[in-house]
Amino acid sequence: MELLQLIVGGVAQGCVYGLIALGFVLIYKATEMVNFAQGDMMMLGAFMALTFIGTMGMNYWLGFLLAALCMAAFGYLLDAVVLRRIIGQPQFAIVILTISLGFLFRSAAGFIWGHETQVFETPFTNKIIKLGELILPLESISMIAGTIILAGALYLFFNYTKVGNAMQASSQNQLAAYYMGIPVKRINSLIWALSGIIATFAGVLLSPVSLVDPSIGFLGIKAFAAAVVGGFGSLLGTVLGGLIVGVSETLAGRYLPPGFKEIVAYLIMLGVLLVRPQGLFSTIQRKKV
Amino acid sequence: MRILFKTSYLDDIRLFQHSGSYLWYGVLVAGLLIVPLVLAEFYVGELSQVFILAVAGIGLMLLIGYTGLASLGHGAFMAIGAYTNTYLITKGVPFLVSLPIAGLAALAAGVAVALPANRMTGIYLAIATLAFSQIVEQIVVRWESVTRGFQGMPVPAPDLFGHPLTQAWQFYYLCLAVLVLVVLTAVNLTRSPTGRAMVAIRDSEISAQSLGVNLVRYKTIAFALSAFITGLAGALFAHKLKFISPDAFNIILSIQLLLMVVVGGLGSIHGAIYGAIFVGGLPQVIALLRDHLPGAIARTPGLEPGLFGLVMILIVLFEPLGIYGRWLKIRAYFDYFPLYRRATFKRQRSYLKTERVR
Repeated sequence: MELLQLIVGGVAQGCVYGLIALGFVLIYKATEMVNFAQGDMMMLGAFMALTFIGTMGMNYWLGFLLAALCMAAFGYLLDAVVLRRIIGQPQFAIVILTISLGFLFRSAAGFIWGHETQVFETPFTNKIIKLGELILPLESISMIAGTIILAGALYLFFNYTKVGNAMQASSQNQLAAYYMGIPVKRINSLIWALSGIIATFAGVLLSPVSLVDPSIGFLGIKAFAAAVVGGFGSLLGTVLGGLIVGVSETLAGRYLPPGFKEIVAYLIMLGVLLVRPQGLFSTIQRKKV
Repeated sequence: MRILFKTSYLDDIRLFQHSGSYLWYGVLVAGLLIVPLVLAEFYVGELSQVFILAVAGIGLMLLIGYTGLASLGHGAFMAIGAYTNTYLITKGVPFLVSLPIAGLAALAAGVAVALPANRMTGIYLAIATLAFSQIVEQIVVRWESVTRGFQGMPVPAPDLFGHPLTQAWQFYYLCLAVLVLVVLTAVNLTRSPTGRAMVAIRDSEISAQSLGVNLVRYKTIAFALSAFITGLAGALFAHKLKFISPDAFNIILSIQLLLMVVVGGLGSIHGAIYGAIFVGGLPQVIALLRDHLPGAIARTPGLEPGLFGLVMILIVLFEPLGIYGRWLKIRAYFDYFPLYRRATFKRQRSYLKTERVR
């Protein structure tokens, strides 16, 4: 029973990793940029929600929605104003640029909202559901449910809407998509907007557990492990990668000596990179000569 | 402008391209030698810090700038160097022995990283080195019998032949000596066949391989050397800090090192040194600015990393070649005046470079 309890906690944590990783992967698939600031975008999303819900006293769902919209606009502008200029430079420059953006976001968040840890009331805070002997915190359930809903919505979006199809096309082959009349630049900006929305989901769902402060963005490093395990390619694989990382982290925290909880994600990632560098669930092949 | 007539192939790889270089580098070294006599102790200490950063920067530059392998985990090599050095010194090993051993320990770690890293490229390599640095950080925290974990350990002053170097100026000369040695090593390396093989790998792995460069071997050499030099920097860094704990070698340090080589200008030893001056000097400039800024901004604790980020963004967007690249452009402008063309340094048209199968 304890094991089951741990696994539920791990799955919930893994869902958040999966969500952050989903943000990376969407952007990577579309533009081949790796966004090291994704964790910090999650932090910004959580702070937006904090402003709307905690400070201005809005309804939770309304505040959530507004925060997601703000972050969508933010992501769009970020691409349109800053990141689009970098095209043509080596990938390394993009790594540096997004790392620096992360620094800047963290600093700006500290300036606007302060460096203290804050919290806002959600409908899920400190509530539990009992299933027989199993005690489930509602926060964990909300993370899992939120991820499932978001993943479902993304699936529908990518398969049944015009914009979603255009995004798929442009991430498969930009030039061909451009020839077919898809405005690739705008699509890329829209993908950044989408990634901002996903980051907000991750931040808001995580906020009852991790609380909100400018340094929660460092969680993004662990989400990398999730993205790599999933293979930086398929969206489902990424979420599964997040689950693997989350569950093994929770189990390592319980059954292995102290210290392993912090590094088990990286160990798994290194193992995957060595054995199957394209990731466990990858569909994209790496360039071979 | 100066025109260099080359009469043999060896002229291309001379240590100093022309007689003017002797003069200017001589002036530079002489100037650095008299610094402790002229400047206040505080600035002497800050300069030694810049030298240490420059040593680490050259280590990273060999890997990123010359071999084209990204590393987001070089702080870990500094940590290994720092802890090895400190542990040996507290066990009574003289500094002149413990310093190279610290470098060798980092070198061993570098080889251990290189073996799996040879299978990865680009972004995967960057993430893997990031993971490596996180793992090293945890080891440092948990291996308390050697590192004393979060308690940290005090670092005794380095000693030369039984004389402890406790004064700031003594330490300054030590750092300067190490820096000069490392610079000479790096410059000599880059004009040797090994260095040129590394550059070939950076420019195109495929063509390097077709010309008979053993990729695995040279990448491993690059990692090992880079780790060795960074380990030396770590050992000196420990003496500079006088007290080491795991927080001193976290991911921020790795990122600072990375920013250093990029700000300075990738692919040149000058760049590593300019980057070190920038990274070492920026906190001082910010400290000076704080007095003149309005209160609310000046009191923000996150001001420094924020400004850091902002400067980096501007440099990546507007001067991808870094400070050294800008200097080359300015020099070319005056050399060719009034015939300088903006496109002189442009390599190619910009387009999205893909790493995928097409």
